[in-house]
Amino acid sequence: MARFGIVVFPGTWSDRDSYNAVHDQLGQDARYIWHKEHDLQGVDCVILPGGFSYGDHLRCGAVAALSPVMAEVVEFAARGGLVIGICNGFQVLCEAHLLPGALMRNRTMEFRCQPATLRVENPDTAFTRGTGRGTLLRVPVSHGEGNYFADAETLRGLEGSGRVVFRYVDATGDATAESNPNGSLNNIAGILNQSGNVLGMMPHPERASEHLLGSADGLVIFRSIVDSAARVLAG
Amino acid sequence: MARFHADVHIELKPLVNDPAGLVIRDALRHIGFEGVAGVRAGKYLSLELQAHDRVDAEARVAEMCRKLLANPVIEDFRFEVRETAPAESIPA
Repeated sequence: MARFGIVVFPGTWSDRDSYNAVHDQLGQDARYIWHKEHDLQGVDCVILPGGFSYGDHLRCGAVAALSPVMAEVVEFAARGGLVIGICNGFQVLCEAHLLPGALMRNRTMEFRCQPATLRVENPDTAFTRGTGRGTLLRVPVSHGEGNYFADAETLRGLEGSGRVVFRYVDATGDATAESNPNGSLNNIAGILNQSGNVLGMMPHPERASEHLLGSADGLVIFRSIVDSAARVLAG
Repeated sequence: MARFHADVHIELKPLVNDPAGLVIRDALRHIGFEGVAGVRAGKYLSLELQAHDRVDAEARVAEMCRKLLANPVIEDFRFEVRETAPAESIPA
């Protein structure tokens, strides 16, 4: 069994959905970790869920990135611990410099809450090992600032090393301008850090975790993490 | 310690796309300001702080900008600092 730590900042709103996905749906150990805590309680994977941490004042995720628990998350990630940042969690990871680039205001200036189709670009990661190259996942997005930006050199580095993990595509799997909900460069929906243990993604796999919600496609990401954690223990 | 006031301006780097600026530009054109070629939206922060002297105040504000107020990936910052109360006027 994998042990998940779900970080809760003031203003986090997807902590319960994350708990539902990993605990209720997958039967894994899950616990909430308050942002003021310094103890990650020996978890295998840290989830930074979606929401509006600290009201998203100044910039999305900027204040959360400096919170006490994030010092521990940075250290945990440096030791190779698995970290997944979803939506606001992705923004926090960028602000904490655990992932490159930044998430800007959506191109349309609208908050977008809608289903999206993601194409798995790299199935050989700790977060996607249960998928295949080109697998399409139906997972919702829900954000106002998910427009991924990185300078040209960073972008080349990400694209050239399989670190673009998910892309927004249409129903047939093509990365079109229309299927891009926020204006992200190269339709990027999720990226990996250089060592492969930190993933950031704007779409919400925890909100696609059972058929009642319209899709259970997001579960494969959490299942992949469980599998990866088991391999670490076995290895 | 003396008191200082800092005006901090944070703006997007020139290469970064600015959706808010584009909407404002289009709105200005819509109400008749056809000559508006471009708009960039930024942030203005007004800070009150204590520091030993102006050099110290400027160093502190620059550090605040680097650590929190600006995101170096997408933003540039600049600021002006002025003394509002000299050290001798503030009880130790």
